[in-house]
Amino acid sequence: MSRYFTEDHEWIDVDGDIGTVGITEYAQGQLGDIVFVETPDEGRALAKGDDAAVVESVKAASDVYSPVSGTVIEGNAALADKPELVNEDAEGEGWFFKLTLSDPAELEGLMDEAKYAEFVSKL
Amino acid sequence: MGQTEDLTGTAEPQELLQLPLDAWHRARGGRMVPFAGYLMPVQYEGIMAEHLWTREHAGLFDVSHMGQLRVSGPGATEALEALMPGDFAALKPGRIRYSLLLSEEGGILDDLMVTREEDGFFLVVNGATKWDDIGHLREHLPDEITLHHLEEHALLALQGPRAAEALAAVVPGVDSLGFMQAAAFAWRGHALGISRSGYTGEDGFEISVPAEAAEALADALAAHPEVKPIGLGARDSLRLEAGLPLYGHDLDEGTTPVAAGLEFALSKRRRAEGGFPGVDRILRELAEGAPLRLAGLAVEGRQPVREGAEVVDASGAVIGRVTSGGFAPSVGAPIALAYLPAALAVPGARITLSQRGKPHAAQVAALPFVPHRYVRKGS
Repeated sequence: MSRYFTEDHEWIDVDGDIGTVGITEYAQGQLGDIVFVETPDEGRALAKGDDAAVVESVKAASDVYSPVSGTVIEGNAALADKPELVNEDAEGEGWFFKLTLSDPAELEGLMDEAKYAEFVSKL
Repeated sequence: MGQTEDLTGTAEPQELLQLPLDAWHRARGGRMVPFAGYLMPVQYEGIMAEHLWTREHAGLFDVSHMGQLRVSGPGATEALEALMPGDFAALKPGRIRYSLLLSEEGGILDDLMVTREEDGFFLVVNGATKWDDIGHLREHLPDEITLHHLEEHALLALQGPRAAEALAAVVPGVDSLGFMQAAAFAWRGHALGISRSGYTGEDGFEISVPAEAAEALADALAAHPEVKPIGLGARDSLRLEAGLPLYGHDLDEGTTPVAAGLEFALSKRRRAEGGFPGVDRILRELAEGAPLRLAGLAVEGRQPVREGAEVVDASGAVIGRVTSGGFAPSVGAPIALAYLPAALAVPGARITLSQRGKPHAAQVAALPFVPHRYVRKGS
């Protein structure tokens, strides 16, 4: 399984043609206390860069973009009642949605963990 | 991920000024953001924790961006009454009134605190409007009235149920003040102007301190185990729960005292005698009501509905607007303030909001959302 990152602070774990998407530890720290998450419905077709989810902290609302194209197979239902999971474990239990990748070649444009760490260190 | 809305809005390119406690905030982990032309701490450990701490203990806020003005000279009372609807003639030394600078049309130019001092008045105005306020006052106050801007003073607020105990440990005697009372105190040779007032709905104080003593005073207050520094983010969520309007959001030149539910700022004698800007329209609205009224909203679900969301009717037509909104930490749910048609601005009324194309159900709630806990003392 490989993990990739976007410049918009999403991560995606890829296992075969299934991807799991969330926002990064850095992103949750910037957002602060998260009070609401809206995840995409099963079956929704997403193009790379589409608005896929909404995350709201006490002070701000943000869109979460899909790092790749594909079809949603599951939103993280646990976030409806416990949006704070994103603060507590952004890159684990606080995942947002899973999708079937339609074009795995899109992953080549994303960063690996080391490159993302370097990207964040310059912000 | 990309931000669609933010508490602080889009930073316009402008020169940002530093306040006296800039380094103090940074040393305590304050995240500095542009606000009212200054760099201000939006949070330290997190808005939610800071909000709840203030409701249970005591929070120390830096509000030095606000304008501190002194108005004095012969006829100062009458001169201020010509610009605001408060009964300042009846205001005794050491007493504070919430008041409004009004336009000729009865619109709200700013909301402010007016304290009667022995030889004049002390005004605290909003940071974002202070330069306009100063211009307005200079233009309208007679020549024999002196307007002094205390630019070399910081303003600290200590708010919460343990604020009195914490401040009294540093400045003995402050607990003799009651809500909306003020007095001069001395601390390490510096003159402090302290009022028992605030913007959180809790008991608390605002402390005007010379800039050169601000850091030492902040240190002395923060050394108390019940005191933590609190950022602007929690200041906003605390005042929203307390049902207190924020100028530039819930109030502006297009809103009137009656529409904003601020009738209490229209003193009885002034209603009878008039003589303040916009008096005809304001008295008419007092008698007949304003077409739109500011009301509190309990928003269903968990998603915050923020400033700029629309109030819509069954056909989808826009009939009102949300002017403040967010997640209320002490309530545990989203709340908002909105201008609604007067007939709907009654507690219990059900309305529909629209935000980024998505409908949200809400119910009009009585204000405040969280009970005020002011400590009043008899006169």
